[in-house]
Amino acid sequence: MIYDSFVFLTGWLPEPVQTISWIGVKIVAIIIPLMAFVAYFTFAERKVIGYFQTRVGPNRVGPKGWFQPIADAMKLMFKEIVVPARSNRYLFLFAPVLSLAPALAAWAVIPFSDTLVLANIDAGLLYILALTSMGVYGVILAGWASNSKYAFLGAMRSAAQIVAYEIAMGFALVGVLMVAGSLNLHQIVTRQSGGFWEWYWLPLLPLMLVYFISGVAETNRSPFDVAEGESEIVAGFHVEYSGMGFAVFFLAEYANIILIGALMVLMFFGGWLPPVEITPFTWLPGLFWFGLKTFVVCFLFLWLRATFPRYRYDQIMRLGWKVLIPVTLVWIVVIGIGKFYTPIGFIFS
Amino acid sequence: MASKLQQLYKTFSLQELRKGMGVTGRQFFNKKTTIMYPEEKTPKSPRFRGLHALRRYPNGEERCIACKLCEAVCPALAITIDSEEREDGTRRTTRYDIDLFKCIYCGFCEEACPVDSIVLTDIHEFHMEENEERLIDKKRLLEIGDKYEADIATARKQDAPYR
Repeated sequence: MIYDSFVFLTGWLPEPVQTISWIGVKIVAIIIPLMAFVAYFTFAERKVIGYFQTRVGPNRVGPKGWFQPIADAMKLMFKEIVVPARSNRYLFLFAPVLSLAPALAAWAVIPFSDTLVLANIDAGLLYILALTSMGVYGVILAGWASNSKYAFLGAMRSAAQIVAYEIAMGFALVGVLMVAGSLNLHQIVTRQSGGFWEWYWLPLLPLMLVYFISGVAETNRSPFDVAEGESEIVAGFHVEYSGMGFAVFFLAEYANIILIGALMVLMFFGGWLPPVEITPFTWLPGLFWFGLKTFVVCFLFLWLRATFPRYRYDQIMRLGWKVLIPVTLVWIVVIGIGKFYTPIGFIFS
Repeated sequence: MASKLQQLYKTFSLQELRKGMGVTGRQFFNKKTTIMYPEEKTPKSPRFRGLHALRRYPNGEERCIACKLCEAVCPALAITIDSEEREDGTRRTTRYDIDLFKCIYCGFCEEACPVDSIVLTDIHEFHMEENEERLIDKKRLLEIGDKYEADIATARKQDAPYR
């Protein structure tokens, strides 16, 4: 219906222009709510962590503190952007963009519900893997271009960490791929239809955990936040950033968290499907279930942050290389053998 | 062997992590201990040592007799006193300045005072916008004393049995 009125309004334009502008409209329709969610996720984080620490969190700006993210955004926008004198100016300014762009671009293939998706491409999973590993270049470039010891240390830590956890993450998704038999995110979700016990979290339980842990590490979140480690290297890669540059890194981090949450939901928790496929649950729109599940996973991120102290750097490496990667490899073999050579292969499909 | 298997089970069932998250999870629903500061305040002891004041006798006569004991005892040298003879022959201060930046709010001046003139009130919410305002003179100190005399007197009365 919206598309019809759009066609009616832009009917005088040539066909390709019309198509491209329709895609543009869809992009805006994804980006703007996403940015709002990111802004309010920062608020949610401060509130939730406050509650975990028996505080109440920010509650002064607007009713119950609900305007806090707006106040934060205003503050950051009007702050001066300081470019360090001996930094690499262009890379310095380019790094935050490089960090944010993949975090937003990955949303292009995320199916929000049965019909709501910008690009339902067949290699969706591959696209996601490619883009989520792009984000680290922003961090590395930021550390390099700042020409600062702490930023550089943060960038190096981040690079090593991402290399380790990217592999575990990729392997975890290989498991999803084997079970679903498709790279298309829409198909991966529809294969999981049939309610809570049909979702992939059960046959892929170890992979689900590995994916979640590497997701936390990938987004440089506590307890894997050695890349910024306030107590050791001040703020890591974004030490030298102020104002909007810092804000863009912030946005990228939170957009990535929500993205990992959404991917968890798509891969292991049945995407937009309701937990029980009977009437009262199926009445609710798919977008609602998708949002609810994503929120739960994102809440887990905050819960982790409120609970665990930061990992020591060598322990992170040990966990990544010597625990998570072997676990995924073993489970991939288990899936392979289980699916094709045992009578209980139906579990893995 | 058995303990190794046990260890392995503990690791892969994320037992310790779940336990830790349980602890923080319970706190999430606990009553919050935050005090909404400007609206809510924590109770203060009658011994609280805040902003200074000079008191008067009930008949309106100022208590201070310029003995300069407070000036002498002050460890931070925050008090400056000048004195001279008044028409009625008594010794009175002509200048009584306290530098609020030097003052460490130890309360020695109050303890030293033989006539309970200089006191530390329980006012702790005060600020200055100009550097000069850190010096408060005799007039200002007497004003504070006049304004909060009732509070000062009750606080002294409450604390009297323990002094």
